[in-house]
Amino acid sequence: MSKGLKVIQAGIFSLIEDGGRFGMHGIGVTTGGPLDSNAFRWANRLCNNALQTAAIEVTIGGLVLESRVTTTIALTGAAIPLSINHQPQELWQSHQVKPGDRIELGFALSGSRGYLAVAGGFEVEPIFDSAATVPREGLGGVHGDGKSLQAGDLLPCHNSVTSARLCVPEGERPDYSDNRALLRVVLGYQQHVFSKLQKQLFFTSEYSVTESSDRMGFRLKGAAIKPAIGGILSEGICLGAIQVPADGQPIVLLNDRQTIGGYPKLGSVLSLDIGKLAQLLPGGSVRFEEISVEQAHNLLLLDQHRFQHRALEKVGEHD
Amino acid sequence: MKQPQQSISIAGENALIVYFGDAPSDSIASQVAATATQLRSDLGELLIDLVPSYASLLVIYDAFKTDHHAVRNAIRQALRQHPTAAVAAQPGSMVTLPVYYSRESGPDLQQLADNAGLSVDEVIAIHQQSDYRVYAIGFAPGFAYLGEVDPRIAAPRLATPRQKVPRGAVAIADRQTAVYPAQSPGGWNLIGLCPQRMFDPDAEPSMPVQVGDTVRFKAIDKQTFLAMGGSL
Repeated sequence: MSKGLKVIQAGIFSLIEDGGRFGMHGIGVTTGGPLDSNAFRWANRLCNNALQTAAIEVTIGGLVLESRVTTTIALTGAAIPLSINHQPQELWQSHQVKPGDRIELGFALSGSRGYLAVAGGFEVEPIFDSAATVPREGLGGVHGDGKSLQAGDLLPCHNSVTSARLCVPEGERPDYSDNRALLRVVLGYQQHVFSKLQKQLFFTSEYSVTESSDRMGFRLKGAAIKPAIGGILSEGICLGAIQVPADGQPIVLLNDRQTIGGYPKLGSVLSLDIGKLAQLLPGGSVRFEEISVEQAHNLLLLDQHRFQHRALEKVGEHD
Repeated sequence: MKQPQQSISIAGENALIVYFGDAPSDSIASQVAATATQLRSDLGELLIDLVPSYASLLVIYDAFKTDHHAVRNAIRQALRQHPTAAVAAQPGSMVTLPVYYSRESGPDLQQLADNAGLSVDEVIAIHQQSDYRVYAIGFAPGFAYLGEVDPRIAAPRLATPRQKVPRGAVAIADRQTAVYPAQSPGGWNLIGLCPQRMFDPDAEPSMPVQVGDTVRFKAIDKQTFLAMGGSL
């Protein structure tokens, strides 16, 4: 029997994601990758993996797997109830599984994306050096065709030696229960076509996440901000770019964004805050705060330093 | 000729965007392509990705290895090495794409001809007469925006986009033309089918063209189309 985790139920929308696909924008291929890169890297770290190793991004939940290996798994991100052989298990913690074990994910109590990593990662044939699933492009995933996980899929992974059970320190586990996010923004692109008043309106208003939000972009609803021009020559779009179409309702473009587009953009959301946005459910509240590009660089370096120096704890250390 | 105004703007925490002018042109397209090539070699591992487009180049860099000041300097240096006039003389490759033009492979051909006051044969001939520049690639993997279409056969997008445009469809929207790299929804006017794959992740290279290249279309008959692997 082939080794791996067998998909018994695929859940709402579950995707294999690794760090993403880079260097291919020139032929129109987007990045993909985990929407909440912070929860994703912790899941990998709990399994002693390189930080960009392929794991499962579970949207809302409902995923049921059967193990055909002896290995370590960990679930981080949204508060999705986890059980192994019907025994409830902690999130942000590593667990041992053996062949025949049933790994069952319920539905998110808060947040919307969970990350299930396995020791050694899922061994998926990379396309353009990445296993990241981008359904819209038909690229990546278990079969290489961009499909989300389907019941019956075998997610290949290997046996791994059992290790000490580890958990993420309490202070590092985000709480998504208030369904709110403050997003830091570096102004840029066509920011000059938004008047001072329009920018003030943008930075002082509260926006809500609409139903039409997905891995391509989060469409927000709130105070309309009007750029002085309706369109531009299509140009490259970076992660987190805030696009403002004619109706004045901002769209924050995420991992599966189109690589070029012709709507005016105000700037881009800090990558560290993309995960906070992506964890929001429809109706969730968003506010924006302006930062400089220098502040953004400092925040990135501080975050990296903090992550690298924050050790995992042994389970039970604080009991 | 007046030199178009160049500028560099911040796009995001690890991205700068270079603007080469405010309208597409052959010389700008060449300059975008040359600057992209230069930066790919100058920035090396500091570079995460590049997005060349009509008159701009998005430069995404590794913020853990460099910063926007250093990247800005590298861009300025690349721009100095590729002033407009010099690069206009070095266009990209010339790629010829075969097309089976017909009413069965191009369901909008007759309507487009009628609206233009031309015969179907004239539309087909005019579409082949121009050399098209690859101005941008995007929308979907392998979707190349080619310009500019002769104004006589330029046509607005369909009022109601199709749910399914087949892979290989050769299409016109305003003064742009393109080959659909994969089946997708789309609102362009379909005038034929190209049997050559425009995007194949397993092929090397994955796309027959890149930004800055020149494309020419050449009519083939149904038999040749089918022999080349095309399907109706």
